Amino acid sequence: MSHTTHHHAAAAKQTPRAVVLYLHVHQPYRVRPYTIFEAGHDHNYFNQADPAGGANNETILKKVAKKSYMPMNAVLLELLHKHPEFHVALSITGTVIEQMEQWAPEALDSFRELVATGRVEIVAETYYHSLAFFYSRFEFAKQVRMHEDKIKQVFGVKPQVFRNTEFSYNNDLAYWADSMGYKGILTEGWDPILGWRSPNFVYRPSHTNNIRLLMKNYRMSDDIAFRFSNHNWREWPLTADKYVQWINDLPAEQTNVNLFMDYETFGEHQWAETGIFDFLKAFPAAFLQRTGNTFMTPSQAIDAFAPVDTVDVPYTITWADTERDLTAWLGNPMQQQAMHLLYELETDVLATDDLGLIEDWRRMQISDHPYYMCTKWFRDGDVHAYFSPYDSPYDAFMYYINSLRDLKLRIAEHSKKHTTSVSDQQGGTH
Amino acid sequence: MNILMLGWELPPHNSGGLGVACYQMAKQLAIDGVTIDFVVPYRADHGIDFMTIHHAIDMAPEALATHGAYDSACYSCDDQASCDHDVPTSLREQQQHYIKRIEQIVAATQPDVIHAHDWLTFEAGIRAKELTGKPLVAHVHATEFDRSGEHHGNPLVHEIEYNGLLMADRIIAVSQITKDIIVKEYNIPADKIEVVHNSVDVADYQSLEDENTYRYLTAMKQRGYTVVVSVGRLTVQKGYRYLLEAAKRAIDKEPKLLFMLAGSGELRDELLLRSAELGIAENVLFTGFVRGKAWRDVYTIGDIFIMPSVSEPFGLVALEAAGHHNAVLLSKQSGAAEVLHNVLKFDFWDTETQASQIVDIAHYNSLKTTLTDMITYEFNRLSWQKAADQFQKIYSQLSTTEVLMAKALA
Repeated sequence: MSHTTHHHAAAAKQTPRAVVLYLHVHQPYRVRPYTIFEAGHDHNYFNQADPAGGANNETILKKVAKKSYMPMNAVLLELLHKHPEFHVALSITGTVIEQMEQWAPEALDSFRELVATGRVEIVAETYYHSLAFFYSRFEFAKQVRMHEDKIKQVFGVKPQVFRNTEFSYNNDLAYWADSMGYKGILTEGWDPILGWRSPNFVYRPSHTNNIRLLMKNYRMSDDIAFRFSNHNWREWPLTADKYVQWINDLPAEQTNVNLFMDYETFGEHQWAETGIFDFLKAFPAAFLQRTGNTFMTPSQAIDAFAPVDTVDVPYTITWADTERDLTAWLGNPMQQQAMHLLYELETDVLATDDLGLIEDWRRMQISDHPYYMCTKWFRDGDVHAYFSPYDSPYDAFMYYINSLRDLKLRIAEHSKKHTTSVSDQQGGTH
Repeated sequence: MNILMLGWELPPHNSGGLGVACYQMAKQLAIDGVTIDFVVPYRADHGIDFMTIHHAIDMAPEALATHGAYDSACYSCDDQASCDHDVPTSLREQQQHYIKRIEQIVAATQPDVIHAHDWLTFEAGIRAKELTGKPLVAHVHATEFDRSGEHHGNPLVHEIEYNGLLMADRIIAVSQITKDIIVKEYNIPADKIEVVHNSVDVADYQSLEDENTYRYLTAMKQRGYTVVVSVGRLTVQKGYRYLLEAAKRAIDKEPKLLFMLAGSGELRDELLLRSAELGIAENVLFTGFVRGKAWRDVYTIGDIFIMPSVSEPFGLVALEAAGHHNAVLLSKQSGAAEVLHNVLKFDFWDTETQASQIVDIAHYNSLKTTLTDMITYEFNRLSWQKAADQFQKIYSQLSTTEVLMAKALA
């Protein structure tokens, strides 16, 4: 990449270029090791007693808050103060907000502080980071509303842009989001979808009226999220200057570089020791040196740049794995059966009107549960390929399914009680 | 490279996994060009052409002391063991004959390395080392601690094992679990021990479509029963006492479960009695010792194969079960659990988890299907090649060291 002279010559009439940085914040409620003998006795599925148990949600949340949320938010706040051009977008699931409220309120406060600057956009999604879109549109819409309410309550803002769990996306989802009035939607910039086109533009989803589509530049995003600390990578060590040079070397007409990644990249997936925070601290200053360069939230990018083309996605894509599909969640019979058993409870569980019971059912919808049952990489014994609190995908399935048994039993007992009280009343009238 | 292998059994005259493992590893080594002289205590027609087999004693395989390699608990030295009898009857006598015969065998074979399998041949291995000055590899398939389950074992056998481990130039353990025991219980330095996991010869498995031996179980499966099988000697080591407690708990949750234990051993009567006490006698079947088709059909009829061992250095039967489309459940105290990944694991004493796993498989076909599909994939990739490569490396290291030592002394 040695076109510096050419670019300097063109610098005067630089068209604007924005980096759209978007980070996804999520923690699930992991199911504790739960045997069939507990079903019918113990209704607590998410409270592993052993703090070192691996599925202890409190321990994990506190660790992530300390290693990632607190130091990362401090860096982001510093950048917001230092560079008026700096903007960032976050999506924060309902389940991680709940956990921060309970176990790390100071971390939630630090997110509030970011949003209060007015330069941090919150992106909409399902409260439970669920796959509900593929099983129940009713439940899906409900969870999006729940998330919107929670965001309003905690941050006082209303999201304008939508993203679905794991960037799962198809034409149908775009149609739904358009009809709901969202101005934008986010997904993966996957080559088979884009073809020869670049992700560095604003697009229009097919069969929609007003909504715009922003697609992740996965190569540049993964340079940070996955390759940053890989010593075997030929670009290692990645410096802010080098990275900015790559962006500046892009064809001049490309308007927006969408860097979408997990928030936990910073401090958790890539530890502080790798220099990831230093990289982030140095990046905006280096990037903003060039005239025309700036940062935008997804909403700002959609307002600033006209869509260049229509993107058609007739089948579901995600941002996961080399397949970019749902097979990490729904690829094997265990995952499919678990989700079918879960969603077939919908009518009955909602009919109970028991808020605790319904909440447990919704927490069972967190997409991490079927993800832990993924066997894609397990057959070669590559057990470390996936983050999982369990020994094996089979254990994940068994703990989950045994908890579902209990949930089902609670629903059955509820409706029995209900039927009895109704018949009692009827008996009284005789 | 000439290897003198000292063993106690080879199929079909084996009473357990030791013979199978010896046969298959020797076969792979022979394919890789190693010349093997294999010594067994009995005379038989083996139908083996890839190595030379030597008979230490002129006796039929049936004359071997009961359960040969595994009968260490009743082993004793004080019966005036000697080589006077033409056909030795006690285990000790048979060992003495074996050792005596080694002198003639080493003279004829001129080995580069001596490779002795388990305590029964360790003394013969030491003798061969004395006679030839060649390095000794002690291969530990099981220790007396494993065989005695949660008890302490026979001190005489411990002593033989200890001497063998001390005199060996290199030790091979069939699992990390076994290596840990050798370090902890025998005070052998860890860097003298190499872990080489057993494997299976996948080419040996062809599924046969004939009618299964266990027609009752076939009929019950059609009625919706799930069949849980286990193959192993009925001894303390194998953990069947715990399995029965787990079976009781599982049957309380899911009555359509049948357990079949294939094997014989000193605990048979106790286990029978206990299953009656628990009120599950109708659900627990004992086949006795099986081989051939009746043995293979145990795996074939099973939906679930379980190995609940208290202490299992490896457990070759788990690999065999993996090749027969079973969902495989292993105690964490078994070496096979270090090799197989698509299995369910439990602590042998944790009867609740054991029972919960069995019931979940019986109830959820998706779990069973995923487990069996994935383990079939794993199984088809197993071979002795990796183990044979490790053996060859050990052999060549030892003979190189030996040459250097000889030069240094000269």
